[in-house]
Amino acid sequence: MTVSLSPVLSARHISVNLGGKQILDDVSIDVSPGELKVLIGPSGAGKSTFLQCLNFLIPPDTGIISLESHEIDAKNPRALSLYRRQVGMIFQDFNLFDHLTAVDNVAIALRKVAGLSRDEARRRAMAELDRVGLSQKSGLYPAELSGGQKQRVAIARALAMDPKVMLLDEPTSALDPELVGEVLAVIRDLAAGGMTMIMATHQMDFAQALATEILFMEQGRIIEQGSPAELLAPGSGTRTGDFCRRLLDAAPAAAKD
Amino acid sequence: MTELLLAKLSVILDALPYILEGTLVTILTVAGSLALGFVVGVPMAVLEVYGPRWSRCLIRTYVWFFRGMPILLLLFLFYFGLFELIGLNLSTIAASCLVLGMASAAYQSQIFRGSIQSLPAGQLRAALALGMRESEGILYIVLPQALRLSIPGWSNEFSILLKDSAMCFVLGTPEIMARTHFVASRTYEHLALYLTAGVLYFCITLVGVSLLRCLERKVRIPGYASVNGSF
Repeated sequence: MTVSLSPVLSARHISVNLGGKQILDDVSIDVSPGELKVLIGPSGAGKSTFLQCLNFLIPPDTGIISLESHEIDAKNPRALSLYRRQVGMIFQDFNLFDHLTAVDNVAIALRKVAGLSRDEARRRAMAELDRVGLSQKSGLYPAELSGGQKQRVAIARALAMDPKVMLLDEPTSALDPELVGEVLAVIRDLAAGGMTMIMATHQMDFAQALATEILFMEQGRIIEQGSPAELLAPGSGTRTGDFCRRLLDAAPAAAKD
Repeated sequence: MTELLLAKLSVILDALPYILEGTLVTILTVAGSLALGFVVGVPMAVLEVYGPRWSRCLIRTYVWFFRGMPILLLLFLFYFGLFELIGLNLSTIAASCLVLGMASAAYQSQIFRGSIQSLPAGQLRAALALGMRESEGILYIVLPQALRLSIPGWSNEFSILLKDSAMCFVLGTPEIMARTHFVASRTYEHLALYLTAGVLYFCITLVGVSLLRCLERKVRIPGYASVNGSF
């Protein structure tokens, strides 16, 4: 597909061993501009660890990570900080700063990391909140927001740093079912706007509709990867297809509860 | 009976200006020690949680030392022992602040450490993910939250330190206790005078704790944690 473009983010041979357990075993990924790669797989497969490795929140034991063909030296705090600014991270449990209002959550890194003045940072933060439809809630604290609103603030916070790529770690898993849609809508807008993303999710409809590639992880390895059409075609006999059918079978049962 | 009460009252009234002057010394000593304990205790807590191994060992030893000895012993040990030995010539008030402050740093560091460790790890992780250095994340994200959570524990430290400050009378620090003792040993009006001193400590505690409660309310994060009477 978009093979001719050089990757924005590239991770080669990432391995992580925690307490004698091989969490990630030689995982590699290349993301080209505008791509949305979706990581799926059973819990414990290493999706979350992999995403956190990609911005060194969990330092990989081995492997190389490069942004726009520049290898990242995680030992150098300046380089690491600069790299992380360009790689937005969205967490499953939001991790909004609890002591700051929505607008200050977005503004703080603009001020302290990007060096904007208080006013500039505030203006930019308001614009980002507007982009996720929350300019009305700018003065509220995280504890006063719904889960979906919190996650949208978290997305605005990451976008404010002008990231070249976004990592989304199951952004809707902690949400009530009726709130999932508003967050997915924001992510869909991002994808439409050409944002490069790697996203771990269990939202198969979403993955099928928007993913440029699906990567199926199990036991710390990517065991299948391909376009949604390839992996999810009826009768394809893939692990991915199997996994998705089981998810979809479970969904109506869950809805009955 | 009335005459007797009046006589006691006049003793108290006569001694009051002298003892009240001691109240200022007490407040100064407590404020100084708390401030020193805060300035030293916060970095200690941060280093104990985030610092390298050697700093953790060092801090634990410090805390163990100062929490393991009675304040009275520490005052003697430092004022008559160490300060004398190294030729440090401090006023009794400064010496009291220094010793109480070093001890308070040990206690305060543990209050702050508890608050820091009670925060979800995701707070600092999110700060790092935005490109903040670890030190920036601690300064802008972790500490503002941890210090808020520390206020109730800190008000304990204040009220304990206030009463510990009475111990400084052994150095000749002219605070409430020393002055009361001085007057009482001359007039033999122990009951009336020590009661007066007790009331003074009581009032300072009340004012201090109320101020801290105000502060706690003022910096409370809306929607966060339960307030009195609500869940």
